[in-house]
Amino acid sequence: MTETTKRSGRREFVVFRVGEDEYCIEIRAVREIRRWSEATRLPRTPHYVKGVINLRGSVLPVVDFAARIGLGDTVPTSRHSTIIIEVGEHPLGLLVEMVTDILSAAEADLQPTPSLAGEETNDMVSGLILIGDRLLRIVDVARFAPQLEAEFA
Amino acid sequence: MTLTILAVDDSRTMRDLLKQALSEAGFLVHTADDGVHGLETLEGCAPDVIITDINMPRMDGFGFIEAVRRDERRRRIPILTLTTESAPEMKQRARAAGATGWIVKPFDKDKLVAAIRRVAA
Amino acid sequence: MGELDELRGGFFQECEDLLEILDSGLQQLNEGDDDRETVNAVFRAVHSIKGGAGAFALDDLVRFAHKFETSLNELRDARIKADQETMGIFLRASDVLTDLVHAMRDGEAADEGAIDASLAELIRLIPEKKAAEADAAPAFAPMALDFGLDLPTDDAPAMALDLPIEPVGPVARRITFKPLPGLYARGNEPLLLLRALAELGECGIECDAAGVPPLDALGPEDAGLLWRIRLVSAEPEDSILEIFEFVADDCELAIEAEAEAAAPEPEAAVAPVFAAPEPVAAEPVPEAPKPEPADGSAADGEAGGKQGRGAEAAAKPTIRVDLDRIERLINLAGELVITHAMLAQRIAEANLSGHAAIAEGLDEFRMLTRDVQESVMAIRAQPVKPLFQRMTRIVREAAHATGKAVKLICEGESTEVDKTIVERLADPLTHMIRNAVDHGIENAEKRAEAGKPAEGAIRLSATHRSGRILIEIADDGAGINRPRVLAIAKEKELIPSDAELSDAEIDNLLFLPGFSTAKEVSALSGRGVGMDVVKRAIQTLGGRTMISSTPGRGTTFSISLPLTLAVLDGVVIRVADQILVAPLGNIVETCRPAASDLKRMGRGSYVLVVRGEPLPIVDVGEALGFRPALANPVEAVLMVAETEDGARCALAVDDIFDQRQVVIKGLEDAFGRIPGVAAATILGDGRIALILDVDVLVRDATSSGRGPHHNLALAG
Repeated sequence: MTETTKRSGRREFVVFRVGEDEYCIEIRAVREIRRWSEATRLPRTPHYVKGVINLRGSVLPVVDFAARIGLGDTVPTSRHSTIIIEVGEHPLGLLVEMVTDILSAAEADLQPTPSLAGEETNDMVSGLILIGDRLLRIVDVARFAPQLEAEFA
Repeated sequence: MTLTILAVDDSRTMRDLLKQALSEAGFLVHTADDGVHGLETLEGCAPDVIITDINMPRMDGFGFIEAVRRDERRRRIPILTLTTESAPEMKQRARAAGATGWIVKPFDKDKLVAAIRRVAA
Repeated sequence: MGELDELRGGFFQECEDLLEILDSGLQQLNEGDDDRETVNAVFRAVHSIKGGAGAFALDDLVRFAHKFETSLNELRDARIKADQETMGIFLRASDVLTDLVHAMRDGEAADEGAIDASLAELIRLIPEKKAAEADAAPAFAPMALDFGLDLPTDDAPAMALDLPIEPVGPVARRITFKPLPGLYARGNEPLLLLRALAELGECGIECDAAGVPPLDALGPEDAGLLWRIRLVSAEPEDSILEIFEFVADDCELAIEAEAEAAAPEPEAAVAPVFAAPEPVAAEPVPEAPKPEPADGSAADGEAGGKQGRGAEAAAKPTIRVDLDRIERLINLAGELVITHAMLAQRIAEANLSGHAAIAEGLDEFRMLTRDVQESVMAIRAQPVKPLFQRMTRIVREAAHATGKAVKLICEGESTEVDKTIVERLADPLTHMIRNAVDHGIENAEKRAEAGKPAEGAIRLSATHRSGRILIEIADDGAGINRPRVLAIAKEKELIPSDAELSDAEIDNLLFLPGFSTAKEVSALSGRGVGMDVVKRAIQTLGGRTMISSTPGRGTTFSISLPLTLAVLDGVVIRVADQILVAPLGNIVETCRPAASDLKRMGRGSYVLVVRGEPLPIVDVGEALGFRPALANPVEAVLMVAETEDGARCALAVDDIFDQRQVVIKGLEDAFGRIPGVAAATILGDGRIALILDVDVLVRDATSSGRGPHHNLALAG
């Protein structure tokens, strides 16, 4: 197992943009990517909770990614995307501006997060990928989930 | 040659266990829930061996064995009784009713198969 | 392993059924039923549990079940009487067995104290000699040998160790084997035994037909044949004995070791010898059991004659289905309802609603869909019987703990309700039953004073009533002591000290959080759970809890529950830009208020006056934070709603559409509770609509406290 990882040494990421910044989520955590569809609002939830959508008969919560990391609320249009990720037992939708790329990165390209980033953002990011002059922030899905649920509870 | 076995037990768990162990060993397994059901099931299958529990509702194992033995067509089907008691009188009663042999619960899969092999080709 | 787990899971499932049979059987015996079949069924239940437990090496369970079974056998063989004391022991043992099974299932530690206590009681029922046997004899002896020889009846591997260790290496033995007639009569076959013998090692077999009687004297099952076998094998003698295990009493068998072992003697090759049995010619009575044209009348007749009068005979055939499959079917049926709604909407949008054939087809589709859904729901429906039976145990324990004599009378046990509801009802019902024993039923002296029978009675009943199930717990105790309840509520400052309450309002005080009538928390009811928790639990099931009491005559708690948790009749409404569903059960009527119906209470708050009754108005849009408060409710549509507590108010919404059945989709999987929202559903256009939790909405909107009356009426 370790052997394979070493040999291949590459991980794949779904890349999306928030304003000028690029973020990515490891592809293993992504279930599917959908075009944005209008969500049903949930009362008395934090501003970054866009509500719930119908994903083939199940009720799926959607979170505005930009708003969640403190970069301001998104006004979604049909051009926006929803990335469906698996968080623990439950799937969760992330509203993002646009999915731009699927990227394969070598282990060597992965860097820890420097502590200078904004606090809220830092919380959600587990590392960085540096390829050429591109800087991608790796979204830490695992850390995303419990916080989200705790805030709902 | 696949041997066909009829397993009669009122406990679903025991039926499941028997079915699993015997199917795995390559036998074709039919099951019945009690003596009455066993006799009904006999009409639809011609087992090479019958395995039966003793304590059962409606018709117990002794009654079932006697009924099978009274039937001219089935006089020679080997019948193994399943018993939790290794008490001699239990075996004697089973023998008196016409049982061929006995298997003590919980059964060991290999011994179960060996016991069947000893009574049926 | 997966398969074994599955079998194990199946065993524990079966245990539930067996425990139910056990408990209800013991119950019947306790009530004086002396049907032999009842005793047998009880015995078999324990026996089957023991058998299964043995297969899964659940030793503690085997041990307990074995003792239980042994003492039940005393009852079965009529050596002991089913008197009150004995039945008490058995009932307690049944409780312990239930707990033990569950502990084993959940991998938890069993209550050793309870087990030991019960074992001690059970052993008292067993005559001493047998008790010693039950102790000494291992419950199980896999494939134990019994030849009338002096062999230990231990299990086989152990036996190999116990016996003198045979010399390693092949040993030559001479075996003589003479089948007796009974061997054939019992379906044994010498040739198979010889073959098995040949598998043990090098084998020379000689058949001596000298003893065969002349043909005219030959009965079909006479034998007369004798085999002499010389076996060279490294296997211990036990392996040989094991082969002959079944025929030990039906043959003459002698085994002796040759003086000089190992080396095969030339003599061994003496003819006639078959090295391995393929001796078709030697088969005494070659006859394969051939199926003949069916003529089962004889067998069936016997079967009929042997039939017990057990209830099993009437049991309908059933199958076991994985719950996941049913869930999937229910979801699909739900999708069907949604698809119908979507189709109906599209047809309306296409202006085809007026088309008679389409309308007719759509209507048929709707009815069919509803039928499908109801049928699927019916699969999940279960009788409340097992639940009620658990309550007999609760009463028993509670009565024991309080020293009161109480009997439980169950009615309507075959009433069916959704499986989840049955399961989730267990805790609240347990608490209410305990409560009834502890607080409802008076002690013996008080009952005597009141001229009541010494034994208190609790009636637990289930009935279907207008699409819901009604469960009642009625005791014949002293009834609610209203002056005392009122005093306690005032003392605990749950209500203002000058509050004047009706009887019904006083009774409902019991549901207030933090209320407990017992002066000191009793060991039984006072487990930190109050009736408020019970009420809340019932509410989460979509149920209502009511109370009524007559001084001196008793108290009745009524629980009204939906038959299923999966669908809901609702009213589709609009608030701001959101479509929502209000449960129809909460809605009494709807109206567009005339200005004259509205009375200003000051500072922008209004009441709606309906037939002389002023109702507070709750603005749903504001309460959910979807929009600012309406300036004047005259712009709104009002729905008169009733909460679980019977409190009424008017819900102000922006629009009301239609009434329809919706499929409930839970939200709590993904979120914590969202106040004011009970669940969600998917509408015809595929969008999600939230289902309002009217009780919470109203409570939160009015909890700022508009007087004691409201606090009280809306508590819970």
